Amino acid sequence: MSRVMSELRNDLRGLRRYFGHVWCHLRKDLRLEWRSRDSVVGMLFFALLVVIIFSLAFDPTAAVSREIAGGILWVALLFASFTALNQSWTREQRNRVLDAQRMSPAPASALFLGKALANLIFVALIEVVLSPLFIVFYNLHALGEGWMLAIVMPLGTWALVCNGTFFAAMSLRTRNRELLLPLIMVPISIPALLGMMQATTAILTGESDPAIWIRLLVAYNIAFTTVCLLLFETVLSAE
Amino acid sequence: MNETAHETGSIHTNKPDQASGAVRVAAARLDAVSKLYGGFAALRKVTVGFAVGSSTVVLGDNGAGKSTLLRLIAGLIVPTRGTVKVFGDEPRWQRRRIAYMSHEAMLYDELSAMENLRYFAELQSDGCGCVCGAPERALRAVGLDPALTRPVGQYSQGMKQRASLARVLQTDPELLLLDEPFSNLDVDSARHMVELLMEFRSRPVSAASTEQGARGRTIILTTHQAHLAEPLAETTLTMRAGTILSIVGAAREGAQ
Repeated sequence: MSRVMSELRNDLRGLRRYFGHVWCHLRKDLRLEWRSRDSVVGMLFFALLVVIIFSLAFDPTAAVSREIAGGILWVALLFASFTALNQSWTREQRNRVLDAQRMSPAPASALFLGKALANLIFVALIEVVLSPLFIVFYNLHALGEGWMLAIVMPLGTWALVCNGTFFAAMSLRTRNRELLLPLIMVPISIPALLGMMQATTAILTGESDPAIWIRLLVAYNIAFTTVCLLLFETVLSAE
Repeated sequence: MNETAHETGSIHTNKPDQASGAVRVAAARLDAVSKLYGGFAALRKVTVGFAVGSSTVVLGDNGAGKSTLLRLIAGLIVPTRGTVKVFGDEPRWQRRRIAYMSHEAMLYDELSAMENLRYFAELQSDGCGCVCGAPERALRAVGLDPALTRPVGQYSQGMKQRASLARVLQTDPELLLLDEPFSNLDVDSARHMVELLMEFRSRPVSAASTEQGARGRTIILTTHQAHLAEPLAETTLTMRAGTILSIVGAAREGAQ
């Protein structure tokens, strides 16, 4: 019994240490962004442009808006997030800081998780700014259960940033990384993109049940988060 | 003094301790190590050992393989052929005992020196935020004010190098790897850095490290400016085209 307790205590200590490192990376990334504002400002302008240009180009009625808004919102967030995802690793490469990271005894997956969480916060900030603009420009109100957007948005955003952070690290040492990231990320994210767009449209139009798409997003997130955490050290050490 | 003139250099290898009879493990050891980048061989069948407590200056032209040697020992790259051991183990399992400094600052431009050091100290520790004053002490030791809030990006090159040195010294490493640390420094700053490194070398290792067989701090430094590193050149290793050309220096106990 005492051995089980002692093992449990060790496991808890290990977990606490791991999340201590995750918090350390997250805090550093938030501080870097606060000082430079490179990622958030770039993303915000890009997302705003997409929303405004689509609204001017199609001048949609309320009914049409509900059909297309989910697609436009996620496409805007997807393309906007590319700038932030590349930027987040460029910082690590400057001055060879990544070598110092690799030399530290902290687990590599903690660096990945800290960075993905920081990117989640940045994209979520954009969503907060974008949402009221969407409602105004597209004359939106949900006919389905609007509260379910509170589930779809974090799930969809995590799918974007988790994959994006991983593939941005993968393309870090390539010459055309700005081009390579969307080339790798978009095809792999198609199930998630389908899930988030369909779920959002289902909630806005109220014509179908978004539950199946939400389940798809949950399964996708569990699978890809696990794979990314397990493979990140290999990606980071690749020459 | 000993001198060899081929790619197989042997400064110090594992050998039984005369007093205790226990095998003393080299701080770093490369056995028939080659490193290829595509068709280019950065290192060719290099065999060399660095004894615990030794101080070695690695000299050589650009492309001689100095940085590759250090990056292999640091575990930042893996050999194409051969094996690299640090304290008798793979480098990645000995990260707590190794520190690596390059001619680039390896610090975030947007953060102050103190914020940078605190961050890396927390990664080195158990991640619970307690770094017990090590960053402050390290910054004072290199002559920087811990209260300086200016971001590192606005530092002069000399200040950046000193902050970078503080980053590696704060972890109290047993094996310190320095890749061209004087490359952006004027002569006075470089001399000051050498003094700091001499002082660091003379510091006793922790009780835990002594239990693991460590009997002093090991320094391996690469440079073009041999005259600046002279006080640290207990052994001088010269490289050319990925091979060890010569090893010159005081043969410490354990030398073959």
